[in-house]
Amino acid sequence: MIFKWFNAEQGSAVERFAKRDRLNPLELLPWILAIAAYYVFPSYLPLGSQILLTILFAISLDLALGYAGIITLGHAAFFGVGAYSAGLYALHVTGEPLSGLVVAAIAAGILGLLSGLVILRTTGLTLIMLTLAVLLIVQEFANRARPITGGADGLNGIAMLPIFGVFRFDLFGHTAYWYCLSVLFVMWIFGLLLVRSPFGRSLTGVRENITRMHSIGAPVRRRLVTIYTISAAMAGVAGALLAQTSQFVGLATLGFERSGEIVIMLVLGGIGRIYGAIVGVVIFMIAQDSFARANPAFWSFWVGLLLVLIVLFARGGALGIADNLVALLRGRKK
Amino acid sequence: MAECLSFTGVSAGYGATVVLEDVGFALDAGATLAVLGRNGVGKSTLMATTLGHTTLHAGSIRFEGKPIDKMKTYERARLGIGYVPQEREIFPSLSVDENLNIAVRKHGAREAWTKDRVFDLFPHLSARRTNMGNQLSGGEQQMLAVARALVGNPTLLLMDEPLEGLAPVIVDTLIAAFNRLRQDDGMAIVLVEQHARIALNFAPRTLILDRGRIVYDGASRPLIDDAQKLADLIGVGG
Repeated sequence: MIFKWFNAEQGSAVERFAKRDRLNPLELLPWILAIAAYYVFPSYLPLGSQILLTILFAISLDLALGYAGIITLGHAAFFGVGAYSAGLYALHVTGEPLSGLVVAAIAAGILGLLSGLVILRTTGLTLIMLTLAVLLIVQEFANRARPITGGADGLNGIAMLPIFGVFRFDLFGHTAYWYCLSVLFVMWIFGLLLVRSPFGRSLTGVRENITRMHSIGAPVRRRLVTIYTISAAMAGVAGALLAQTSQFVGLATLGFERSGEIVIMLVLGGIGRIYGAIVGVVIFMIAQDSFARANPAFWSFWVGLLLVLIVLFARGGALGIADNLVALLRGRKK
Repeated sequence: MAECLSFTGVSAGYGATVVLEDVGFALDAGATLAVLGRNGVGKSTLMATTLGHTTLHAGSIRFEGKPIDKMKTYERARLGIGYVPQEREIFPSLSVDENLNIAVRKHGAREAWTKDRVFDLFPHLSARRTNMGNQLSGGEQQMLAVARALVGNPTLLLMDEPLEGLAPVIVDTLIAAFNRLRQDDGMAIVLVEQHARIALNFAPRTLILDRGRIVYDGASRPLIDDAQKLADLIGVGG
């Protein structure tokens, strides 16, 4: 009897839960838009590729920051290592792109594993500082190791072979766009499966109550290092896409600015929900483009202001605002 | 009977602050122990020390004959120590099912507690298995906290004020469930509780703490029969 009132809500809750792990038709929307963009904006394909690989980079960060609560400002280290690995692989071994992605993922994953084993013993401000330290060490190494990395001049002369021996990278970015979209789609599916697996759910537990996870016997640090490594490998793939599609790798791939911007993009979109990465990158890119056109000297001020407003009034980012609006509309209907 | 948990001369606390002083007791496998005392006397610290959440200043702790002082919290949990925290601490953005999934673990070859079995123990919870943690009532959260500890297949269950703030009907449900754990499964249980009468009736043996020290370690029956003695020991007597 005492639980009777719960049953009134039961139907809707079960429906919501059942839908939770099933692909919603709405989830196909970004992919439809991405395919449509290819035909609608054929002259913007290089920019489109940049957006797609940045979304992959943002998803990789979301796995660490959004799902496991690992606060990092040094994620560009993995992006850059992925880019340099893919570039060096193409220059010295083969220009075959898919194996280049694997090499980049392994290289960035190894850095994620080794640095994660050390820095994930800490939390809070110390952790943030250590992620920055890793980035600066890698950046300085790339700068000093001129014979290997080209130093400040970067890696030039990267030549890519056709994908599957068939699809050549062209000047207009047609192949690069489809290549980035396909890799992003595969990584997105992988990310979804990961966060919806028991392992992914346990990361939510770690983020919400780390002490409790220890008490139920979860090896928390091992799980954090695992997701950090996976996240690093994914960031490495994003970096490799940049190297392969632009056929150049510079020190900017390891810049703090890239690390900071990707966090801003994720906050704008909504942390810890995969789709926040997609929405956040698109909002950031559009805002950057619009503000830069209206006010070339101070565009970053307006992006900063947008970020402040989101943090102050919409903690869940753009997707959080959408959630609130949907809830409001549903409430009115009732 | 084999020993389940033992404290020998344990002094422990938080950092330099010592809360428990020279605490010693032994609990047999399958035995039930009630821990009573006023607020702030160290009951929860006793639990936290068993789990490894505190700083051990002196003494030793053994579980099933093994010293566990140096073990990490998750290693102690994997040895078979289950814990139901005072604040329940359900993961709010995980469903009931998921809260259990992330805690399911065999203890050696022992897999006495499966999800189906905990749902059998708490049928109300079964009806709510698809609901998120933050959609549960206090009673359901408590059931989930107990269920989550059980699917880890512990041999010792530590429960910190599991009945606090619950409606009498829920308290009865939980006590019935605890009795099933004790009688059917032979699980050792340490129950920290403010409801002295419920705890004394549940556990044949009681330990009373005052200012971090054990002031009573013995049978519960004399305390049930002598309310004044109980009040004096707890430190609320006139």
